[in-house]
Amino acid sequence: MIKREEIEHIAWLARIELDEGEKERFEKQLGSILDYFSVLDELDTEGVEPTYHVVGLRDVMRRDEPKEPLSQEEALKNAPKRDGGYFKGPRIF
Amino acid sequence: MKDITVAEVVAGIKSGDISCEELISGIYERIERSELNCYITLNRDKAIEEAIRVDKNREAYMDKRLLGVPIAIKDSISTAGIQTTCASKILTGYVPPYDATVIEALKREGAIIIGKTNMDEFCMGTSTETSYYGPTLNPHDHTRVPGGSSGGSAAAVSAGEALIALGSDTGGSIRCPASFCGVVGLKPTYGLVSRYGLIAYANSLEQIGPIATNVRDTALLLEVISAKDERDSTQIKIDNNSNSNYVFKTEKNGEDVRGLRIGVCREFLEGVAPEVEESVWHAIYKFEDLGASYEEISLKYLKYALAAYYIIAMSEASSNLARFDGLRYGLRLDMDADWHTTFSRIRGEGFGEEVKRRIILGTYALSVGYYGRYYLKALKIRTLIKREFEAALRAYDILAMPTMPCVAFKLGERIKDPLSLYLADVNTVPVNLAGLPSISVPCGVFNGLPIGLQLVSGQFQEDKIINAAMAYESSFKVFSS
Repeated sequence: MIKREEIEHIAWLARIELDEGEKERFEKQLGSILDYFSVLDELDTEGVEPTYHVVGLRDVMRRDEPKEPLSQEEALKNAPKRDGGYFKGPRIF
Repeated sequence: MKDITVAEVVAGIKSGDISCEELISGIYERIERSELNCYITLNRDKAIEEAIRVDKNREAYMDKRLLGVPIAIKDSISTAGIQTTCASKILTGYVPPYDATVIEALKREGAIIIGKTNMDEFCMGTSTETSYYGPTLNPHDHTRVPGGSSGGSAAAVSAGEALIALGSDTGGSIRCPASFCGVVGLKPTYGLVSRYGLIAYANSLEQIGPIATNVRDTALLLEVISAKDERDSTQIKIDNNSNSNYVFKTEKNGEDVRGLRIGVCREFLEGVAPEVEESVWHAIYKFEDLGASYEEISLKYLKYALAAYYIIAMSEASSNLARFDGLRYGLRLDMDADWHTTFSRIRGEGFGEEVKRRIILGTYALSVGYYGRYYLKALKIRTLIKREFEAALRAYDILAMPTMPCVAFKLGERIKDPLSLYLADVNTVPVNLAGLPSISVPCGVFNGLPIGLQLVSGQFQEDKIINAAMAYESSFKVFSS
């Protein structure tokens, strides 16, 4: 119950390129998974608060003390492309 | 390896009766001969170097609780200087510049990291078949899956390719492979163990936890990793000397389950294979023999747990995995295209199909028009499930159920039908929604394949399930060979 155009749109929003085979498989698979999820429709949850987090912590604070950060070299070490002390990204346009 | 405990290894190394170097080399020899594919990356040179240092200076390390103990680490946990891939192509070659908090704790106690274990890509799976590095095989039957997503960790412990291991559990990823491989695995209360350095999949659900061949080692490893950490703001600060001293606490209780009240929830037995149900009932009767009592109960919201879990997990994943773009680390392609096209192609090539499916479904569930129907609805159902568990755990000390509805299935049997794999998580995901601790212990064998019993208690009541599991284990040795 999910159209191919919808999958293509969502995949673009998620910045994931799909090949034709994937689109075809996903159409069927995502449809049956969403069908399964519709079991939730039968339950009335009017007035129930959502639980984003189970431990009920709020506004966790700690002292703002400077600590030794990663060095620039360590931070850049895994970058596939870099330029001087910077990460190098693809062009914007 | 199977019959030796962590305490015995540590005592032997401290007294000089066990050579740490021989122990560690022996593990690597076993791994070399193994067909199981438990590990993605081995830490051989550094581990052996460390073992030699332990043997030489053991007098200086007498206070270390895991001195020389060979441990396997799931590849979702960051290890400084050791490749950490989350079993994904997109992170292949990534070497973290820092240790996860749990790794710092292990090193402080003298444990030796054998390597990084195979898993479902980004923890998304129930069989370790979604790994970019190929599946891990079940040590009890090489044609079957080890469970997942921490399949490499559980198989390594089961096969003696490590003494203990760390896994991570978002919806059963420690308990499922523990059940399928015949070992013990524990998912801690949400907020007990620091998640700093755990590569996030669904961060409101997941915890790092221990896997071992016996309950006592599981408890000891949990004790070590539940150290305080300021770097995880969702971690509850508890006093390490009292609340989380599990081994001490359980020793004080003397493995006594007299008077223990067990709730057996009918919904957890629905759709369970007859051999699994029979084995779990035998375990419950065993508890009765030991002085516990049980009653059958019903939790009416449980039937919504699996759908609610997957919606929440996928939604969180779609946000958490947005960081993988090949810019700061990971896969990068040589192409001359704009920012969005480049990132889309990198992510299209770097992620496996299950990861893409979950990100796309999560994006869908969070998108305008569907947010209320899926994501918000799932969070409300989470509230109902959590309340229902809390009420049940006021009436009963622990709940007991099968960990998995079946024994380990065949490689390739379910991987082509994602929904059939999701359905296998039906008994493990509810506790993640409620943030409760739970343990899986071996309770039987069917055609040579292990069956797991799952015990659940209230938040931060790990001692209750550990004590019960220990009592059960010592009265009934399933895998004594």
